[in-house]
Amino acid sequence: MNALEIDAVWKYFGDFPALREVGIHVSPGSVVALLGRNGAGKTTLLRIIAGLSKPSRGTVRILGEETRKESTRRRIGVLGHGISLYDELSAAENLELFGRLYNLPDPRGRAVAMLERTGLDRVRDGLVREFSRGMRQRLAVARAFLHDPQLLLLDEPFTALDDRAIAVLQSMLKEMRAKGATIVMSTHQLREALELATHVALLKKGEIAFSGERTQEMVDDTGWLYRTYGDN
Amino acid sequence: MLLRSALTIAAKDLRSELRTKEALNASLAFSIVILVLFSFAFDPGSEEIMEFSGGLLWLVYSFAGALVLNRSFAREKDNDCLDALVSSPAPIGALFLGKALANWALLLAVELVSLAAFGLFYNVRFIAQFWPILMVMALATWAMTVIGTMFSALTVNLRLRELMLPILVYPFLIPALMAAMLLTTDLLAGMSIWGNDSIWVRVLVAFDFVFTALAVVFIDVVLVG
Repeated sequence: MNALEIDAVWKYFGDFPALREVGIHVSPGSVVALLGRNGAGKTTLLRIIAGLSKPSRGTVRILGEETRKESTRRRIGVLGHGISLYDELSAAENLELFGRLYNLPDPRGRAVAMLERTGLDRVRDGLVREFSRGMRQRLAVARAFLHDPQLLLLDEPFTALDDRAIAVLQSMLKEMRAKGATIVMSTHQLREALELATHVALLKKGEIAFSGERTQEMVDDTGWLYRTYGDN
Repeated sequence: MLLRSALTIAAKDLRSELRTKEALNASLAFSIVILVLFSFAFDPGSEEIMEFSGGLLWLVYSFAGALVLNRSFAREKDNDCLDALVSSPAPIGALFLGKALANWALLLAVELVSLAAFGLFYNVRFIAQFWPILMVMALATWAMTVIGTMFSALTVNLRLRELMLPILVYPFLIPALMAAMLLTTDLLAGMSIWGNDSIWVRVLVAFDFVFTALAVVFIDVVLVG
């Protein structure tokens, strides 16, 4: 069974088709780099996969099930543009809240473990609004990985991260890969993405311009994909 | 799962609000100021006051309520928290019910303080009828909360949401506010609401059931599309 099946997905905003007949099948354990220029439809596609938006046409299935099913959502971890954390709550309270919503057996214990993992255990009771940008980003990573998701959806995960947050994210991604998780990430940072990726999908004006395995040629010459299939 | 998630979200909202007190303070200050201003316009303790006490109280409650309800889903937009909630396995109905419960508790707190202020400024004794008044407040505030929370979700992405929310909410609330005003006026005049007035209690109960059910069913369409 595929980890992710996207079939003939269209998404309209008014009359404008943001996605046109998008189809991608992703096998379990793959790391897909979702590439494309600004406005190509990467975030729209990720939001549809995450169940945050419905496609106008077509279907998306995660591990054979619909995206909005409760059991499906339990398997997805989303790291979007925003940190998705509450400024008025402490780091531990934020993680505990999501631990409860994901029905984890020991939400407090899991929150503490993730805070230690991301180097935030010393500020566990500090309010998020008092955190530096880097600390907030690490906490956002902790939230996305809190429930050991089987499918990780990362929207521009390396953008605006500081060095420490990048190191935390890379190490957690490596760990998730070792556990067999599937990762789909949209990014403009080609080098980081292509080094991690097993597969590449290039979106161009809402359509899939290329979809296939990542080759060494793509890593050696990061501009090759855009020159060959994109619009330069 | 529905109730547990709803309580988790309600606790989160209450904790956030009690730490910032942004909506609570604004709402309380607004209702007290309005009550004080009206007390200059009318003769406290007069018969006239008793005739429109319910109307005055519920006008204050509904305008003060809009200040609390406006923040309900707007709070979730700040760091894209709404996305994390919607993508979590918590039933989306629980997200709505949790927010509605938190809003209900906050509004009831504001209303109780305003009721005490009303009694003080207008020389109206309500202690003998306190429990029936509290019941009417609980029912009508739930009506206000359900409609307000639903439209707060609907307007969360609008630039003029603070303006749009009252425009959308008040027309829907007319039956519930009408019932609450009539019942409160009668209770403050020392009358029972279990005679001819009981129809208005039933209107409030029916309103609460119907709109809660509709909101829980349609919140998914509102938030996800």
